[in-house]
Amino acid sequence: MEKLLLLGAEAIAQGAIDGGMSGVYAYPGTPSTEITEYVQHNKTATERKLHSQWSANEKTAMEAGLGMSYAGKRTMVCMKHVGLNVAADAFINSAITGVNGGLIVAVADDPSMHSSQNEQDSRFFGKFAMIPIFEPASQQEAYDMAYEGFELSEKLKIPIMMRITTRLAHSRAGIETRPLKQEKKLSYPEDPIQFVLLPSNARKRYKGLLGLQSLMEQEAERSAFNTYYPARNKSIGIIACGIAFNYLMENYPDRKFPHPVLQLGQYPLPFVKVEKLVNECEQVLVLEDGYPLVEEMLKGYLDKNSKIKGRLDGTIPRDGELNPDIVARSLGLEVKIGKPVPSIVANRPPELCAGCSHRDIYNALNETMKEFGKQKVFSDIGCYTLGALPPWNSINSCVDMGASITMAKGAADAGVHPAIAVIGDSTFTHSGMTALLDCVYENTPVTVIISDNGTTGMTGGQASHATGRLEEICIGLGVKPEHVRTLTPLPKYHDEMVSVLREEMLYEGVSVVIPRRECIQTLSRSKKEVKVKMEEAVK
Amino acid sequence: MKSDIILSGVGGQGILSIAAVVGMAALENHLYLKQAEVHGMSQRGGAVQSHLRISEREIASDLIPEGRADIIISVEPMESLRYLPWLSENGWLVTNTTPFVNITDYPDMNELIAEIEKLPHNITINADEIARQVKSPRSSNMVVLGAASPFIDIPYQSLENGIKKIFERKGEKIVQLNIDALKAGREFSEEKKTLTTKGSK
Ligand SMILES: Cc1ncc(C[n+]2csc(CCOP(=O)(O)OP(=O)(O)O)c2C)c(N)n1
Repeated sequence: MEKLLLLGAEAIAQGAIDGGMSGVYAYPGTPSTEITEYVQHNKTATERKLHSQWSANEKTAMEAGLGMSYAGKRTMVCMKHVGLNVAADAFINSAITGVNGGLIVAVADDPSMHSSQNEQDSRFFGKFAMIPIFEPASQQEAYDMAYEGFELSEKLKIPIMMRITTRLAHSRAGIETRPLKQEKKLSYPEDPIQFVLLPSNARKRYKGLLGLQSLMEQEAERSAFNTYYPARNKSIGIIACGIAFNYLMENYPDRKFPHPVLQLGQYPLPFVKVEKLVNECEQVLVLEDGYPLVEEMLKGYLDKNSKIKGRLDGTIPRDGELNPDIVARSLGLEVKIGKPVPSIVANRPPELCAGCSHRDIYNALNETMKEFGKQKVFSDIGCYTLGALPPWNSINSCVDMGASITMAKGAADAGVHPAIAVIGDSTFTHSGMTALLDCVYENTPVTVIISDNGTTGMTGGQASHATGRLEEICIGLGVKPEHVRTLTPLPKYHDEMVSVLREEMLYEGVSVVIPRRECIQTLSRSKKEVKVKMEEAVK
Repeated sequence: MKSDIILSGVGGQGILSIAAVVGMAALENHLYLKQAEVHGMSQRGGAVQSHLRISEREIASDLIPEGRADIIISVEPMESLRYLPWLSENGWLVTNTTPFVNITDYPDMNELIAEIEKLPHNITINADEIARQVKSPRSSNMVVLGAASPFIDIPYQSLENGIKKIFERKGEKIVQLNIDALKAGREFSEEKKTLTTKGSK
């Protein structure tokens, strides 16, 4: 059978499609974006008209996913790790409501923060919600888990979390696919109040969730994704979670492990297997990419001299991504030391593209701020966050999506004037609208710059919910129309931009300035597409 | 058979196309493959790298351990040195010599080339120039792949087939331009190889 060459993220998408999924709901976020993009471009998905449009944010995605599950269909919700913070309310409660159609919540973590604000470990959220978690070691497992995940979800009537990390999400390998399953028919939950979390019902449902824990554990116990490799040398035993298993295998080719190994791919922890390993080995090394979740559970709180080794006792660095060398060192194996990087190699940080509209707005903003002083600009997450770096040094914050406007509000309330927010169009519709409403409610003097490039740039140019409706949204929220100002960010309009910014900063109320010019990446891509189409037409 | 390859360059220079072509070629030869790439933040004019592993046997890690890469293929000279810790003692470094200068402290070119030429096995090629000579100025990445191809354990023809599959969508003309670029790079290295082996005898 011919193999498909897929990224780990894409393997999840293909597995879900083949597993009979009816729709995916997601907001982009590295390294999870490719799951949804794959569904958007997949032939079967298109023929079946599977839902794959972007949601406004992770919370709306999670809720829409839950709605599709309510209607009996198999659904997947995807996000990056910090997206789960946004979706957390819906996510935690979905474990209490349970599901009707199978529901997989795929979350991609980013240890080492290749492109994120933190390296939080989503398994904690899965454990917190008390639902099963899949953690694939390979692209093939990612496929298989997505394929089988809906059935487990339907069997337990509980959502399932699929947790991957950047390395797996963005690494390609050949995978074998399985037969395409039928989609589920529309059906309503047997119990009409299953999803009604009034306290009286919520208490019942929560007891149900607690009661299911032992069943989840049994599932993990006999799961093919949790494999025990016996071995003679019991001076140490190894628990390898998810992708950490690959790094272990790299050091012991062909799975010839000298020590007992438990490969862990499905949670909750399979008690019998874990207990066996811990009892029969003098020490236990826990390899997990992310926070020390399993290690902490095994170690307990008081057992400081425990025989459990990992990130907490310094056997493995406390932060950052694992790799084959770190794993080798933790086992006392020899590693090669390569040549050092020659000192003439200079840093090459990411930068705003040449011709990017954010450049022009920062040039104008910097000039305007000469009059008003430093450290008054709150910003957000997107390409424009690069304005924090030289040569601009324009912004003073980047915390979580939408925070620019609300932080500017709090600072204005504290007496900062002018208080300025710089936010992207997609970030604005993700989480900035309610923040703006808070400002309108109190007529707080803030100047909100929505740098509108017509796309979700940072994650590769996905459609933005804001496109074509920003002014209407702002006016609808209550910003006075004369204080919603649109600009064209180009060097030739520099002076005009400065004067508009200045006027609005002097205004003692809520104003929104919208510099609007298309992202040059999406622009050049659409030009290329037109060219290819024209060439095809000529043929 | 096993090739552990580090691809390097600056975001937007086309290292992922190199990876895709080699990947297709590996599939055609029924080899296992793992290829870890960088998406997101670091794409924008920043340093990018990809670990590409091909083998007859199942591959464990998506990342190449330090000091184990058989070859570094770089579309930019300074970037070729950034991943030196991964190169094995007898590994090859094949790099384009045309710099991509988007930083103010870019090192002196002569010093850079001298640093590269300290390595026992290196090929430096002005891929941009060669790409222009064969009239495919946008395919310097394929010139570099061609120059690296003698050191990758995959039949040359499979790389051409890989180009056909990857660029099929963009039309015959683009496919041919890329194949021409690949060929020109290949010839450059073959020539250089015979020269150096003759010299050392
Ligand atoms: C909660 C959350 N979801 C997703 C992301 C990933 N992310 C970072 S920036 C960004 C989009 C930014 O788009 P926009 O605001 O339009 O700015 P641009 O990058 O286009 O300048 C996304 C989706 C994130 N960091 N946090």
